[in-house]
Amino acid sequence: MNMNIIVCIKQVPGSNKVEVDPVTGVLKRDGIESKMNPYDLYALETALRLKETYGGTVKVISMGPPQAMQIIREAYAMGADEGILLSDRKFAGADVLATSYTLSQGVREAGEFDLILCGKQTTDGDTAQVGPEMAEYLDIPSVSNVKRIVSVGEEAITVEMDMTHTVEIAKVKFPCLLAVEKDIFMPRLPSYVKMRETKDKEIKVIGFSNLKDQDEKKYGLNGSPTQVKRIFPPESNSKRELWSDSEEVLADKLFKKLKEEKFI
Amino acid sequence: MAKLVINNEKICDKEAFIKICPFGALEIKDGTVDVNDACKMCRLCVRKGPEGAAEVIEGQVKTIDKSAWKGIAVYVDHEDGEIHPVTLELIGKARELADKINHPVYCIFVGAGIGDKARELLHYGVDNIYIYDHEAFKHFRIDVYTSAFEDFIKNIMPTAILVGATNVGRQLAPRVAARFRTGLTADCTVLDIRDNTDLVQIRPAFGGNIMAEIHTPNARPQLATVRYKVMNAPERNSKARGKVTVCDLSNVVLESDIDVIDNVEKAREKFIENADVLVVAGRGVKSQDDLNMIRELADLLGGEVACTRPLIELGWFDAKKQIGLSGRTVRPKLIITCGVSGSVQFAAGMNNSEMIVAINKDDKAPIFKIAHYGIVGDLYEILPRLIAKIKAEKGA
Repeated sequence: MNMNIIVCIKQVPGSNKVEVDPVTGVLKRDGIESKMNPYDLYALETALRLKETYGGTVKVISMGPPQAMQIIREAYAMGADEGILLSDRKFAGADVLATSYTLSQGVREAGEFDLILCGKQTTDGDTAQVGPEMAEYLDIPSVSNVKRIVSVGEEAITVEMDMTHTVEIAKVKFPCLLAVEKDIFMPRLPSYVKMRETKDKEIKVIGFSNLKDQDEKKYGLNGSPTQVKRIFPPESNSKRELWSDSEEVLADKLFKKLKEEKFI
Repeated sequence: MAKLVINNEKICDKEAFIKICPFGALEIKDGTVDVNDACKMCRLCVRKGPEGAAEVIEGQVKTIDKSAWKGIAVYVDHEDGEIHPVTLELIGKARELADKINHPVYCIFVGAGIGDKARELLHYGVDNIYIYDHEAFKHFRIDVYTSAFEDFIKNIMPTAILVGATNVGRQLAPRVAARFRTGLTADCTVLDIRDNTDLVQIRPAFGGNIMAEIHTPNARPQLATVRYKVMNAPERNSKARGKVTVCDLSNVVLESDIDVIDNVEKAREKFIENADVLVVAGRGVKSQDDLNMIRELADLLGGEVACTRPLIELGWFDAKKQIGLSGRTVRPKLIITCGVSGSVQFAAGMNNSEMIVAINKDDKAPIFKIAHYGIVGDLYEILPRLIAKIKAEKGA
């Protein structure tokens, strides 16, 4: 059998050290160096292993500004066959819903597929929402928190889904979307040879005008039901208290503190 | 169409202006500032730039009739009928929000053979629990659960829905949100509500160092997920109030593309890196027998026991339990160190913990420099009293 796999990847800031300048109120980032979302490496590795076992193709798709091509090059160096970048000013200001919709439209341009793989979440948004929302727009079943692939058949794939107290073993019909846990497979390093071979490999850039749904209200800011009203620094947790008292009082104070913080 | 417009003539220092954007979305092209698609519409350039340099042109906004959407709903999170405690915390929050705008509190409960479990929730302040009870819902399967959820929203039209940010909630809520093309805010830490029923959602953004306030002003229902142990669970009321409504399944899709072959209990993993609560034994613990006290406290708090390097050298613990540069790095929600002096090497392995409590006799111990709550006292006097109090509380 041949598996056509699409992997969703995202470029994220290289560091999470974002701070608000207390004087100007402006966000400060340590440089703007960026990298592939670390969780996506596990999805890409899963795709490459499935391809190596069952044959087929691995396409990566991303949405972002033109500099996001860098992570598609990285995916090529790991072994991806094709790369698609969804990039357009009309996509700017997108929240999760608009992002998911744009990606689902992009996937329709990527051709037939059996499986879409996503990472667990991104390190900059941490929502884990894009996978399930895309699956909804594509009208395909989805399973998140996939920690192991049990078996692959002609019609379906069987996976282990990590729940709070149990593990659900689910057989999901193709085409489907899986969001994989970190550690499902150890991601390979990009290969220097592949990097050189794919240096000039084409990256397909898709803009708004290439998409089937031409309703601008569904993309970018206009397609985003959520709005960020303000950004502010968190209350600092640097407060330190030193308690000295009789042991009876100290034990009582600690008990009350643990209860207040819901540890009891 | 709403969009961000840059008025270049109002910008004196273009280099300084583009630095306002933390996302690198402002760029200078041929001497003019423009916005690229990295823009997140955070509006910082509007507020922090020169007056009028950046402005948001609000287009025609699709308006909705907010008064048609009434009630705050909570999704009852469960695995095979075992209700996750985050559900009660959300019911408590929903009650508080609903009372502010004089709305009812609803629950949606999707499962198999769940009637009794649903009735128990009536002790926590819910007006109506809508149950979707069928064999098809025995195990969590996203497609059929979403269909039940869709039916609930279409019939009941709640203005806001709170979902626990569990492994189930974090995949079900987005699926539902996409079906209704509405907003979903993940992992909210603060929730409030305006008189016009707009939900005020605050969550950590960009990795947790920044908070963002998020609204869903033009779409209903408003969905939010909240992690366990963020909100307060209400006390159980001995009297049940409200009612349980069994929902008709004629419009719910019961056939799934997902076949659950098995559902197995997870072996409880006891890695100290995974524990939410750690109680750490240090050199202040005098004998190996005294570790029982440490272990008892950890058990009562649902946590694990860890230790410092000297105790590994004494052979009291397996090396996997050691915190520090030569051991493991941990980041629990709570860490209580008992008789730990707090060497730099130890601190490096745990100083990102969310709440650090240190018990040590020596008020000069370096651990007090990193502890949020430093307790100067004898652990042999404090721990037995603390353990007794927790036991009394749990027995009550």
